[in-house]
Amino acid sequence: MTAGVFLVLSAFLASAVEMVEALTIVLASGVARGWRSSLTGMGAAVVALAVIVAALGPALTVIPINALRLVVGGLLLTFGLQWLRKAILRASGFKALHDEDEIFSRELAEAKTAAPLFRGGVDWYGFTLSFKGVLLEGLEVAFIVLTFGSTQGSIPLAAAGAAAALVLVAGVGIAVRAPLARVPENTLKFAVGVMLTTFGIFWSTEGAGGNWPGSDAALFGVLAFVIALSALSVALLRRRKREQLVAAGARA
Amino acid sequence: MKYLVSFGRFWWNFVVGDDWIAAALVIASIGATAALAAGNIAVWWVMPVAVAIVLYVSLRRAITA
Repeated sequence: MTAGVFLVLSAFLASAVEMVEALTIVLASGVARGWRSSLTGMGAAVVALAVIVAALGPALTVIPINALRLVVGGLLLTFGLQWLRKAILRASGFKALHDEDEIFSRELAEAKTAAPLFRGGVDWYGFTLSFKGVLLEGLEVAFIVLTFGSTQGSIPLAAAGAAAALVLVAGVGIAVRAPLARVPENTLKFAVGVMLTTFGIFWSTEGAGGNWPGSDAALFGVLAFVIALSALSVALLRRRKREQLVAAGARA
Repeated sequence: MKYLVSFGRFWWNFVVGDDWIAAALVIASIGATAALAAGNIAVWWVMPVAVAIVLYVSLRRAITA
């Protein structure tokens, strides 16, 4: 039950973050190069992602569970620590915050300057921009859904979390027809980094032959530990950033 | 060949990212956990401690880069 709730929540949050980014690219492509090309590119990417999930999903279920948890735990840890490190650096001021409005403006300007290239009635630049954006962001979602789902023994449950995020982001995107700049994306990315790292610690330990005191309930303890570690890192780095700024001010 | 290199680079960036030392430390920590577990030692504390060390090393590298 505990792991199931974590599973759906993690898949939902990670998918929502990636889908907000994909939506920004699709919108920029649609506004600059036409909606037909943009939506065709998006549709092709969704089909490609569905093929990847359909092909890899059943293959993962035949791998022995401990071997799967070892490999997936390791992958999630390396992957999750990337997210967590970036989120901590953003929260402490060492890295610029992710800004969907700025990204939208940049993508829009680039898309407007590219020369038109029509193939089969579709603007190739708009198609490719949209296809690549959705495929690359979607691969992260597919990775998380497949690894979380297979390790927890329920790919459909993880897919349900991702599908809920897709419905929400696509629905809001259609309604506002603008980048979802008001979504607290940096906070969501922090939460996803914490979740990925928590699952990575939990599964890699089990996969390596260890047992957690309290079994699945230990997930709460690991989660609390990762949150505390992240908060401590942000606090220490913020203090360091302030010291750097004061030192720079004194030199000026 | 060019596509193979691009494909490999994409997956490297996707999973490992820009800090390969962090990824190497994670793999070493999992190996240490497996070795201790094989010797019937309680290992639940190893990965949390390892993650704290990896995060410290990775953040320190990032802010001093």
